[in-house]
Amino acid sequence: MSSVLEVTDLTTVFHTRRGLVRAVQGVSFTVNRGETLAIVGESGCGKTITALSLMRLLPIPPAEIVAGSVKVAGTDLLRVDDATMRRMRGSEIAMIFQEPMTALNPLITVGRQIAEMVMLHEGMGRAAARRKAVDMLRHVKIPEPERRAREYPHQMSGGMRQRAMIAMALACRPKVLVADEPTTALDVTIQAQILDLIGDLQRELGTAVVLITHDLGVVAEVAQRVVVMYAGRKVEEAPVAALFADPKHPYMRGLLASIPRVGTARGLASMDDRLQEIPGIVPPLNELPPGCAFAPRCKMADARCRAEAPPFEMKAADHAAACWKS
Amino acid sequence: MSATAAKPRSKPSWANELLYLARRYPLGVAGAIIMTVFVLAALFAGVVAPLDPFSTNPRASLAPPGSAYLLGADMMGRDVLSRIIHGARISLAVALGATFLGSGFGAALGLASGYVGGWFDLVVQRLGEIMQALPLLVMALVITASLGPSLPNTIIAIAIPLIPNVARVIRANVLSLRELPFVEAAKATGMSELRVAVVHVLPNTLAPLIVLATAQLGSTILTEASLSFLGLGVPEPYPSWGRMLSESAAEYVRTAPWLVIFPGLAISAVVFGANLLGDALRDALDPRQRD
Amino acid sequence: MSPLIEVSDLRKYYPIRKGVLRRQVAQVHAVDGVSFAVNEAETLGLVGESGCGKSTVGRAVLRLIEPTAGAVKLRGRDITQLGKSDLRPLRREMQIVFQDPFSSLNPRIRVGDIVGEPLKVHGIGDRRQREEKVAQLFARVGLRAAQMRNYPHQFSGGQRQRVSIARALALDPSFIVADEPVSALDVSIQAQVINLLMDLQRESRLSYLFISHNLAVVEHIAHRVAVMYLGRIVEYADKATLFTRPLHPYTEALLAAVPMPDPTLKRQKRHVSGDVPSPISPPSGCHFHPRCPYAEARCRVESPVLREVATGHQVACHLR
Repeated sequence: MSSVLEVTDLTTVFHTRRGLVRAVQGVSFTVNRGETLAIVGESGCGKTITALSLMRLLPIPPAEIVAGSVKVAGTDLLRVDDATMRRMRGSEIAMIFQEPMTALNPLITVGRQIAEMVMLHEGMGRAAARRKAVDMLRHVKIPEPERRAREYPHQMSGGMRQRAMIAMALACRPKVLVADEPTTALDVTIQAQILDLIGDLQRELGTAVVLITHDLGVVAEVAQRVVVMYAGRKVEEAPVAALFADPKHPYMRGLLASIPRVGTARGLASMDDRLQEIPGIVPPLNELPPGCAFAPRCKMADARCRAEAPPFEMKAADHAAACWKS
Repeated sequence: MSATAAKPRSKPSWANELLYLARRYPLGVAGAIIMTVFVLAALFAGVVAPLDPFSTNPRASLAPPGSAYLLGADMMGRDVLSRIIHGARISLAVALGATFLGSGFGAALGLASGYVGGWFDLVVQRLGEIMQALPLLVMALVITASLGPSLPNTIIAIAIPLIPNVARVIRANVLSLRELPFVEAAKATGMSELRVAVVHVLPNTLAPLIVLATAQLGSTILTEASLSFLGLGVPEPYPSWGRMLSESAAEYVRTAPWLVIFPGLAISAVVFGANLLGDALRDALDPRQRD
Repeated sequence: MSPLIEVSDLRKYYPIRKGVLRRQVAQVHAVDGVSFAVNEAETLGLVGESGCGKSTVGRAVLRLIEPTAGAVKLRGRDITQLGKSDLRPLRREMQIVFQDPFSSLNPRIRVGDIVGEPLKVHGIGDRRQREEKVAQLFARVGLRAAQMRNYPHQFSGGQRQRVSIARALALDPSFIVADEPVSALDVSIQAQVINLLMDLQRESRLSYLFISHNLAVVEHIAHRVAVMYLGRIVEYADKATLFTRPLHPYTEALLAAVPMPDPTLKRQKRHVSGDVPSPISPPSGCHFHPRCPYAEARCRVESPVLREVATGHQVACHLR
């Protein structure tokens, strides 16, 4: 297996009136062909900023990618010029968003949006691109693709729009797909369909998927590897089974203990009456504590945790975390 | 539990609060100073004005700005500065009066129309549309013509055409606010509809209301000018900035530009000051803008 | 024991109007004959996907919107027939907590006043007594009394939800509609709010109508569960029964679709196909038949009624 996406030491900051906001600090990961890497964390942990940094879609200023590299098949996206980057988007690395309604142009039919994308990247003629668009819609299992291609985004349901956006993202067979909370706005039955669809297409096309999500259930079902982020940093990384079986970072342990689970009544999982709480809240990114960012909420924290940020190091085979206590 | 940024300022006294606001909104302070200067000038026009604004002097006809007439004199040799100072009375009364009156009624109507809905809303909307179909000046003309020229009538005549504009904007705002959970929560406590509207809905329409009102301030001064020019404004010999401007604009803009420039500057200054003050007020009244 | 809240055949139809004369051309059956009961100190979970009418039910029960038909009885008294002034004192008994912690608090009012407002509305106590009561409420929901003078924007999402809960508790209600109260919160904060709601129930014998699309949360907090699909309840049972022996194919599908936070449980999934139909033109017969793997001819024409198949277990399906 070869890695198609290699992110090294990615650091993104925002220059704001209230000072420097360190949204992403030294995040590194690699994703192999056909692999799904999940980036999990709560709001404000930097997972979406990471995704937008990969795509170079952040407004600069106020944002600035101050360090790191994002290599897709060897090319560093952070070093190419804007025109090259535009060419890469869609053909090498594509992204789907939480709310497809905002990502699709409301004034252009879905079929034409996909066709234009194909014409731009593959230099196809209009008629061929049109056929390709319908093919893609069929591919993402939209019923009656010829008719649907002539529809505008608002005429489709949320699930259908997400399918259309996936069709658009994958039309040019990018090597990497960045999916930012792709199913969060959808109902569970539709979510299951979309996750299945992404998985099927990924197997077929060999796409590397970076899945940004807050839902540990989704992570457990679709990811092979997981990066856990907290307050802009990577705090843990492991294969999914190892992470859920033996989380090394107290934050991840806290998260797993705090979620109610379906199936407790069936005895599939055991659950005390009371959910475990992680006390306190995520610190604002412009007022990070000096040591470990999780220390103020951590039961195990001591003076060292509060003073000195822990290094991100191997805790077991293929399982790394940033914690003094594990 | 620790609050995100919740360090409540120790109960600020009245003066402390003012000082805090002044430091926070320097442009607002500038606006407030401009407005205060004009209002004081209007109130104490008799004391402040260097000369009698009504006394004519044929020898000083169209005298340029100089030591005798600081801002020059008009065709009849009346001092422009003194006329501007006295004119502030009428212009400010019209501008502020009409704006407050129009915005107040408009906001009340918009609130009622958006909040009550149903046939009431339908009727108010259609009436508003009929009024908006007529040009503002024509409306004002008809109203003053029927009421007769006087200062209060001029204010009313200018205020009425403002009402549908304001009502429309406020209504649109109320329609979206009405559906917000905090309004539902207030109803769930058993609060009367009127109290919900006044306590929870109205204050949240303040921002667009202030923006709209300050934007209209300038146009009210100019409408008054047009009315005066047509002989339907505040009757002679009382000067108003608008009339000073409109009387001289066509004839003297080349030969005696000070007749146009200085009343124009006065109008601009008031509009500018009101906008600065309005923006600061909008922010200062919004707790989200604090800290 | 008679239930605290008894809802029978609740309906809410919205007219669809068109044209200059705003003529009614059709109706959306947002809630189409829903019945349930909530006992004292009990939580009824109301689950379903977007557009199924669950939020409309919550609001109609409190008469925040007027139901088209049906009865809502509070301690045996039908509140749908009451005039506004007769309803007012009963509002003290029934409160609501909303999903969005941002839009559910008026941004221009200090949180202390927000929580104290219900007391003021009902003329309870003087100013000082009300302030004391608000301080107590703050303590009860885990906020500091010093935070009373702050504005909503100075709080995090979880804290705002605590403020909302404090407001709902101000009048010592016996029944609270909780409309997706944790859906907008981060995972680690969800647990705090769920625990708080459950603690309050134990302390004050509160009853909840807990509306949610999150089956895991409902399974954790509810005693009984009603599943809604396109305006109707399709299954209604106690929690253990519903989650261990779901009978309606839709409930089955919902449970199968929930992603489990356990990578060892990679189950063979059988996902229902198709979209949730629009409530404007729901499918004929059983609303679920186009997506149902077991549907028969009868399902397409005849609408199944909710019937009891075992004690306390109701299901609306021809085949079960």
